[in-house]
Amino acid sequence: MTTDNLALKSSSLMVVGGGISGLTTALEAAEVGYEVFLVEKEASLGGRVSQLKHYFPKLCPPTCGLEINYKRIRDNKNIKVFTMSEVQNVSGAAGDYTVTVKTTPRYVNENCTACGECEKVCDTEISNDFNFGMDRRKAAYLPHNMAFPMRYIIDPAISTDDRDKVKEACKYDAIDFDMEEKTIDLKVGAIVWNTGWTPYDATKIDNLGFGRHQNIVTNMMLERMASLNGPTQGKIIRPSDDKVPQTIAFAQCAGSRDENHLPYCSYICCMASLKHATYLRAQYPEAKIYIYYIDLRTPGRKYENFYATLKKDENIFFIKGKIAEVSEEPGTGNINLVAEDTITGEKVRQTVDMLVLATGMQPNAAIDKPNADLSYNADGFVVNDFKKGGMFAAGCANKPADVVTSNQNATGMALKAIQTLVRR
Amino acid sequence: MDKKYGVYICTGCGIGDTLDMEALVDVPDEEGVNCTTHPFLCSKEGVQLIQKDVDDGKVNAMVLGACSRRVNFDVFNFNGCIVERVNLREGVVWPHSRETYPRLTEDQKDDEEHFDPIQMKAEDYIKMGMIRVEKIKLPEPFKTETFSKKILVLGGGVTGMSAALDAAKTGYEVTIVEKTDKLGGYAANLRSQMPVAEPFEELRVPVVTELIAEIESFSNIDVRTSTEVARIAGQPGEFTVTFKKPGEKTPFDVPFPLPEEMLVDENGKELNAEDAHAKYLEYNTGKLDILQLDPDGELYGAVVLAAGWRPSKIEGEKYAHLGIDLPDVITNDEFEKIAAKGKIIRPSDGKEAKNVVFIQSPGKDEDDADFEYTGSVTSQVALKQARYVRNDYPDGKAYIIYQHMKTPGLQEYFYKSMQQEDGVFMTKGAVTQVVQQGNGLSVTATNTLLGKNLAIKADMVVVASGMVPVTKDDPVINLAYRQGPGFRDNDIFGQYADSNYICFPYETQRTGIYAAGAIRRAMTIEESMEDATGAALKAIQCIESASRGMSVHPRSGDMTYPDFFFQRCTQCKRCTVECPFGALDDDDKGTPKINPTRCRRCGTCMGACPERIISFADYTIDSIGSQVKAVGVPSEDDYDEPPFRFLALICENDAFPALDMVGMNRMDYSPNVRFIPVRCLGSFNVIWIKDALAQGMDGVILIGCKHGDDYQCHFMKGSELAEIRVKKIGDALSSLALEEERVAFAEIAIDEYDKLPGIINAFVKEVEDLGPNPFKGF
Repeated sequence: MTTDNLALKSSSLMVVGGGISGLTTALEAAEVGYEVFLVEKEASLGGRVSQLKHYFPKLCPPTCGLEINYKRIRDNKNIKVFTMSEVQNVSGAAGDYTVTVKTTPRYVNENCTACGECEKVCDTEISNDFNFGMDRRKAAYLPHNMAFPMRYIIDPAISTDDRDKVKEACKYDAIDFDMEEKTIDLKVGAIVWNTGWTPYDATKIDNLGFGRHQNIVTNMMLERMASLNGPTQGKIIRPSDDKVPQTIAFAQCAGSRDENHLPYCSYICCMASLKHATYLRAQYPEAKIYIYYIDLRTPGRKYENFYATLKKDENIFFIKGKIAEVSEEPGTGNINLVAEDTITGEKVRQTVDMLVLATGMQPNAAIDKPNADLSYNADGFVVNDFKKGGMFAAGCANKPADVVTSNQNATGMALKAIQTLVRR
Repeated sequence: MDKKYGVYICTGCGIGDTLDMEALVDVPDEEGVNCTTHPFLCSKEGVQLIQKDVDDGKVNAMVLGACSRRVNFDVFNFNGCIVERVNLREGVVWPHSRETYPRLTEDQKDDEEHFDPIQMKAEDYIKMGMIRVEKIKLPEPFKTETFSKKILVLGGGVTGMSAALDAAKTGYEVTIVEKTDKLGGYAANLRSQMPVAEPFEELRVPVVTELIAEIESFSNIDVRTSTEVARIAGQPGEFTVTFKKPGEKTPFDVPFPLPEEMLVDENGKELNAEDAHAKYLEYNTGKLDILQLDPDGELYGAVVLAAGWRPSKIEGEKYAHLGIDLPDVITNDEFEKIAAKGKIIRPSDGKEAKNVVFIQSPGKDEDDADFEYTGSVTSQVALKQARYVRNDYPDGKAYIIYQHMKTPGLQEYFYKSMQQEDGVFMTKGAVTQVVQQGNGLSVTATNTLLGKNLAIKADMVVVASGMVPVTKDDPVINLAYRQGPGFRDNDIFGQYADSNYICFPYETQRTGIYAAGAIRRAMTIEESMEDATGAALKAIQCIESASRGMSVHPRSGDMTYPDFFFQRCTQCKRCTVECPFGALDDDDKGTPKINPTRCRRCGTCMGACPERIISFADYTIDSIGSQVKAVGVPSEDDYDEPPFRFLALICENDAFPALDMVGMNRMDYSPNVRFIPVRCLGSFNVIWIKDALAQGMDGVILIGCKHGDDYQCHFMKGSELAEIRVKKIGDALSSLALEEERVAFAEIAIDEYDKLPGIINAFVKEVEDLGPNPFKGF
């Protein structure tokens, strides 16, 4: 009884954003049998999760899953990857879109073997955005050691001298400063927007002192410090003096659940801080960790178990209260903080070596809306209209979510996109 | 395939600068195989050069000595050819430099004292690559005899209905099986649903009616109510399913494995295999063996498991302080049933319940956890039910006492809107006691936002019981699999039908069966419906992959599958038992039956087989064994002090990329180790260790993914099984008068590449301290 009534249509899909959720949508659709154009604005796929040391709650490295996904891309001819590319315009309607994709010059062509000779001779240094500016990198660089594609990129800020040097150092004629911005029109039947999120700009949270005091860092900065390929090669140290912090406070809901900033809950920051406590504990067995929270949102058995394990740690203190003020202790770089313990009503004053702001997530569309007919809520999350179809958002473009939820929803949106093609 | 061999070696990226290319080219030359070098093999010219040889019919089985197979995969892609990538760059010249291992002078070259470890490694790798292309075949896809693209959905609640609709909208035929007499599931019994869109103020009309109507409009959805699955036999693309009425006994009810307590005799001694089997047959009297196909069964391609949840029972001493035996202390589930019928009234006397306390966490002041199996759903349900109280009674009061209000993400807006609601009081707090007081209840709580001690008089108390996945009580899917009817390892996942993967949430240990909704995790209705769409996609993807003869995740697209040489099978059943996916069944004699579309191609069966009768087209005992044997093992006949030789079998998923990163970071480690990537460490066969030691290699290390409850092994059990095999090999080694330390096992995560040189060097040092393998040179 074979029911072979479904001939796969030849139409293609586009996935915008090559982070974990975009990779998922693209691969899940491609493995059904559809052609997928995967458009990523950065030089490498991987997105936000490639900046993480571990996922909660398993404490496993995101690169493990990314590697499998990259292997799936290698083995699947249905996926065409466009890095350094952004969608400039979408015209047409569901089933028949024309998408204009703009590609920024990489100044390195496909001849690149990632041998690294250009990086060696390059003297120009630029701020390292991958590490949130905590260190500098060469203007000729590999995005990171798990980059996909494994190819160098040259920042346009490279000096004239260095241009000659890197060109000379490259034995493979891979460097091309004549490269220009290119646009290309692609025809697709459906588009899934997996445009992801950006950490909320902590400098906007005036009372928490980020940017004024060096030893106040964000949770994502801590993530980079803890990562082996980060600015401190995995050591969590104080930015002001590279000292080992022995008392660390976390300010939960830094910008989230706050009418002046992000009114919604960013979903991941409670679990992220608990995870960060494990990073600190692994490096500093005696460190005292203070977590100031409104509610600890650790939903589900696995997250609850993770929290339960940390509760057993006698040097992790959970305080229901919001940090209201911070200042720097003169001379030491330590951070004085004032919080109200909501249960006792008492003011808590504490001096810590380092304060970590558990900043939340803002959808990238809140900062830069794509030129396409999408609807958004007031926060910039895309509201999916399944009746209209054609275009869908998945992952954190759609709602604040953890990686599991993003991947579930990214898988589902692959099917919604396929339905658009089948309906034609 | 009439193989025509060719070897191509790139001299770029430092390969030509570090290695003696002439000597390297001699390796294939001596075998009579043409070898071409190119300064930039991945360039257009380099690739054209190879393509021309292919087009001219000169080559169809090639060894490319260049970079890691993880890069330039799209460049070195020659249709219809066997391509073996030999990792000379990340694996040889990048980690090992001439500064550390100086080039030999002409005098040193033949002095029987000096040797060049980098050159030796490169030459071994070329030899190993050559023998592999000789030993392997291109795969031919497996096709099932019959094939169905129909999808079976177990469960007619919102999750099952959503999955069915999504599959039907994509053009697939679907059957929904629902054991009750109507569609709708739990959600059919709700008064309202919580809001999920702006402005998050009004409760929603339940979606069930709308979903049922939509289902009816699809002619490709077949709904079977009052029906259960007796068994699901076969494999993706050709599952044979037997349906029955709930509770009915049929010969095709799936046999269940013996409960543990029945596996021992009256003295507590484990039963022998024969007795255990007899007992098993007795236990399953009236049920046909799993291999008996139901001639009246219906064919399906894949299954979505959406059987849902049941309310958790709140009982026992642990909850006594909450007055759970009092008539007006009820669960949120019981409250919902009352609310669905009409106004909120008390169970004890039918009086209006205007003051209702909702308790979220049972742990007094000692534990801030919510009830079991709650997730964030019960917080949101409490908010919704508080709204019922307000809707029913203008003077009603609802108190929610929580430890942590769990309204993650955008659901925070629902919480915010409820904070504006008059008559709803919410506080963090630890409920210490609920007692009867007069005609009502008294609730005391401590450490609340409203004061140290709080006492509330209430008409009714609602405790936030959780959502127990039905897989806790019953396997539900009733698979006619030798490994048993349900998912494996549910106990480590709290009985959820879980995958344990963050990256790949739908992957279960049973190919073609995709769980969705509250059976996987406590989920709201909207979350369940969204989850269902993903599960529907996975079911469709599995069907399409199986129809192409391809594997699904994680070796997506792999067309190989295990092939058995049955004449030598001893019916030991190890393959059937060890397969992480239950892909193998065996008959009453113990002869395995392969179900290729259930298989994920990890090779665990190949590793388990003591008779070595299992192979894949491009991955065999012989192909790896021959690679091991191709390693040059210098002896005292060659050098005064010959270098040691080690074999490392490494998982290609995590350890191999980590080793690439070691190379990229130019970190050195002992150049005397020869690495062979394996599909999964579970696929390693102990014969390879014996091969290595028998030919004089000094030690073997296996490096794989982390295992345990938080396993990272992509095949769930592979590295764990490998470690067990390594432990067992110790005895065999000592019987050969070889030290156990010569065989080691290490776990590594992909990001721990910095630890890899240390692990390798420590092992090398340990074995060097033991001295050379006494069999060397024999």
